[in-house]
Amino acid sequence: MSALNRKMLRDLLHMKGQALAICLVMACGIAIFVMALSMVDSLQRTLDTYYDHHRFAEVFAHLKRAPNSLARRIAEIPGVSQMQTRIVQQVTLDVPGMAEPAEGRLISLPDQHVGALNALYLRRGRFIEPGSGREVVVSESFADAHRLGPGDSVTAVLNGRRQELRIVGVVLSPEYIYQIRPGDLLPDTRRFGVFWIAYDELAAAFDMQGAFNDVSLSLMSDASEPQVLRHLDELTEAYGGLGSYVRDDQLSHKFVTNEITQMRVTAVVVPTIFLAVAAFLLNVVISRLINTQREQIAVLKGIGYPRREIGWHYMKLILAIMLIAVALGTTVGAWMGSVLTEFYTQFYQFPVFEYGLDAWIVVMALVVSTASAVAGTLGAVWRAMRLPPAQAMRPQAPEVYRPTILERGGLQRFLSPAMRMIVRYLERRPVKSLLSCAGIALATSILVLGNYMEDAIDYVMDFEFQRVKRYDLSVSLVESASSAAMSQIRHLPGVMHCEPFRALSVRLRSAHRARRVGIMGLDSHGELYRVIDMNEDVIPLPRRGLVLSRKLGELLAVGPGDTVTVEVLQETRPVREVPVSGLVEDFSGMSAYMDIRAVNRLMREGDRVTGAFISADPDRMDLLYRELKDLPQVAGVTVKAAALESFRNTIAQNMLLMKTVNVIFAVIIAFGVVYNNARISLSERSRELATLRVIGFTRVEISMIQLGELAVLTLISIPAGLLLGYGWAALTTSAFDTELFRIPLVVDRSTYAFAATVVMIAALFSGLIVRRMLDRLDLVAVLKTNE
Amino acid sequence: MSDHSSSQPVRDSAAATADAPAVFEARGLTKIYHVGDVDVHALRGVDVNLYEGEFVVLLGPSGSGKSTLLNILGGLDVPTAGHVRYFGHDLTKDDDRALTQFRREHVGFVFQFYNLIPSLTAMENIALVTEISTDPMRPAEALEMVDLSDRKDHFPSQLSGGEQQRVAIARAIAKRPKVLLCDEPTGALDVKTGIVVLEAIERANRELGTTTAVITHNAIIAEMADRVLMLSGGLISDVRHNTRRIPACDLVW
Repeated sequence: MSALNRKMLRDLLHMKGQALAICLVMACGIAIFVMALSMVDSLQRTLDTYYDHHRFAEVFAHLKRAPNSLARRIAEIPGVSQMQTRIVQQVTLDVPGMAEPAEGRLISLPDQHVGALNALYLRRGRFIEPGSGREVVVSESFADAHRLGPGDSVTAVLNGRRQELRIVGVVLSPEYIYQIRPGDLLPDTRRFGVFWIAYDELAAAFDMQGAFNDVSLSLMSDASEPQVLRHLDELTEAYGGLGSYVRDDQLSHKFVTNEITQMRVTAVVVPTIFLAVAAFLLNVVISRLINTQREQIAVLKGIGYPRREIGWHYMKLILAIMLIAVALGTTVGAWMGSVLTEFYTQFYQFPVFEYGLDAWIVVMALVVSTASAVAGTLGAVWRAMRLPPAQAMRPQAPEVYRPTILERGGLQRFLSPAMRMIVRYLERRPVKSLLSCAGIALATSILVLGNYMEDAIDYVMDFEFQRVKRYDLSVSLVESASSAAMSQIRHLPGVMHCEPFRALSVRLRSAHRARRVGIMGLDSHGELYRVIDMNEDVIPLPRRGLVLSRKLGELLAVGPGDTVTVEVLQETRPVREVPVSGLVEDFSGMSAYMDIRAVNRLMREGDRVTGAFISADPDRMDLLYRELKDLPQVAGVTVKAAALESFRNTIAQNMLLMKTVNVIFAVIIAFGVVYNNARISLSERSRELATLRVIGFTRVEISMIQLGELAVLTLISIPAGLLLGYGWAALTTSAFDTELFRIPLVVDRSTYAFAATVVMIAALFSGLIVRRMLDRLDLVAVLKTNE
Repeated sequence: MSDHSSSQPVRDSAAATADAPAVFEARGLTKIYHVGDVDVHALRGVDVNLYEGEFVVLLGPSGSGKSTLLNILGGLDVPTAGHVRYFGHDLTKDDDRALTQFRREHVGFVFQFYNLIPSLTAMENIALVTEISTDPMRPAEALEMVDLSDRKDHFPSQLSGGEQQRVAIARAIAKRPKVLLCDEPTGALDVKTGIVVLEAIERANRELGTTTAVITHNAIIAEMADRVLMLSGGLISDVRHNTRRIPACDLVW
């Protein structure tokens, strides 16, 4: 090894603490980069393969009931490549070992299902055999949640009759990668299952022989989606069509692609932050190194090393640090990717989800980190290259100080000489001090952001499950019923209080903007489901008029006082103009609320309901569940406590992981910035500090000066960081302002306290290390040398 | 002009200063530095006394042990063997805290490279010391003594080398130290500036009665001293008593 390379390695070894700190910050950025990109890559590839092999449809429509003869006409729509009709029914399930009823979706399977759209993937057992009688295959997540497999059976209430469904196979479907009940925030695998059953069986149970209520299409490559949708809507309208939609609006697909988009954003934003901090730290450390090695550089030049050798010498040092960081970051990133894969398989059901790290991602990581490292240090290295040898031999010119702005303002009498040293030192290097502050503030803000997510979700949970939904159970009926059904529910055992609701599938239209949503008709004086704003003030539901989710209002570009066209997609399919009376801030899906009597007037009907909210006696729950499972009119029962619990379990796990990662990252940044800053200023000022010791300052006193600077930086940065954190939170809030879900901008005080505390501890820790170095300061040696 | 006492090693008990009480009594001072695998014997058993109000110059080639001796006397360093008594108090038994306290109260240091705090003005550099001592003079007074009253608000970068060194002297004497220890105070200065600096040291010694020890390479400066200690090879090789001190302003080199 050449002597110069030896020097490089020894220099690296000598500054190992600082190099490590930089390495870690850089590695964090690379790890996230590698993890996010490889996840995007793996997810997208898995998704494409799955959709392709299992012929996931491109257009979907649901209707009330249409004769099979309509199918031929649908297939003839220009641009349609393949068509499949089926029956889809909601049923109540009675699963062994679970008191409350679960919700099942029964989907008919054609006898000849090979080559059909939305093909199933058989995980275990076998497919159903025609004419074998009530055989079903079940979605894997539900089967796993209940430990069901081939040979087991569940009881379903089919059109009012309890029937045994015999499971012969466990399957996956491209339609249910994210198996979520409409309106839910997260999958509840215990309480929502999808079953596939022979067409004849299902048709017989629901009197649907020779008919269908659901259609999927695949399109030719040159087909025009809007035209196909329009044709399909025209054809299905007479049969109770609920409006067709494309793959992008398919619920499962929407969640998966949403995740990919978020990952993609993560792959850009987070690494940018970390690599920028790393570049700054490299700049500070390398500049200092080159300054202290001026004489060495001069000697090297004197011996005859050319400029580029010297530049390359320092570049190699930088690249060495970077390569270690890339190796570390890639390893950690790949590991995080495989952990995340595990995590994803809980939410996303793929036949095979293989995590893979492609070589191009590693190459990209190398390119990106090289670019940031070189950008951060090019200036310093350039200066080293251009240093004239004779000048390099002379000590650097003394540093020029002047009274700070603070003092020129007449405040100097409040500052001791020691304090003045700190303030002037900081002010003399405004850019460096500012960047250090920025680094610490960044770390603080990352911590705020990490906990903000938890605060926001806590808030949403409390808002949704305690303040808005105050019922214990929500029961939905197979079809709208008279108030007699209400009184039947009211008299079920354990029901303490009960309020009706009427849900209506509609398309809301305002000019060219339209959205398919459900109108929720509520008792305007109800207590079990309240439309409230964030101050918990009840938003009144007027005699006429709709209250919309704020997001829905934005998408339709309407506000209070405007009118929207309500196209009802059910029953008599009336079309009406309805005024918007208000907007409400809510957090999941898109809702439209109306007084239940207004809904009934809109439908020109009397007292109709499609379901009820129930507050129940906790001691008589089991009895109530049993009765509900047997009620033929009941299509589904949602148990709030169960939903809340499942939400909490999934989220808690998720949050803990995120929080841990955030804390680790923030601590690395905080420590990296604070520690490097303290090390550099110690090296720059060891002479001054030694002088002070000689004069008679104690170790504690010089530590106060040295650490005082650190403290000032930290104390300035923390409030800025808290503010920045709030900014991130606001940015996140607007980034998550989607049709699927939204999060409120609420940051708890404890979040600020936590962030400030963690950063202060990191600073304190760096301070202790510096303190130890101060104790080892060699007074005589420092004073003897002329820097 | 000078009066040599001879024998080696020199036991310093010179009559000329015996009437003044000893500030420092050093006996058998040995200092061994471990540099890599080599032991460097900086001092090999030095016996020396410094007396109150005395002006001593230490002469000798590089590596003769001058600085080591001065650093040990000033409580910056500790000997490997031997004892230093300061007014009878054994400094070699002191820990770091006590030595710091000793420097803080009794010792003024002046170095070749000034070692001013660049971020503090002349006045503030002095205030740094006066704020932590028990009976200091006012910073302005100290600046007056080195004739720099008009430079009090200048930062080190705005002062010439000689001015910086005079500020360093003012900072050293502002606490009214018992001893003033100067390590090559003129080493980095030209003749004219060097003499101004030496005048300041001389004045502190004369007017404050501060026991003063100055290390130098320059034999001419020795003319200023009451006593000259010659060091070589870690021992005092010679002691010279000047019958007459030449004022700094009359030195020529």
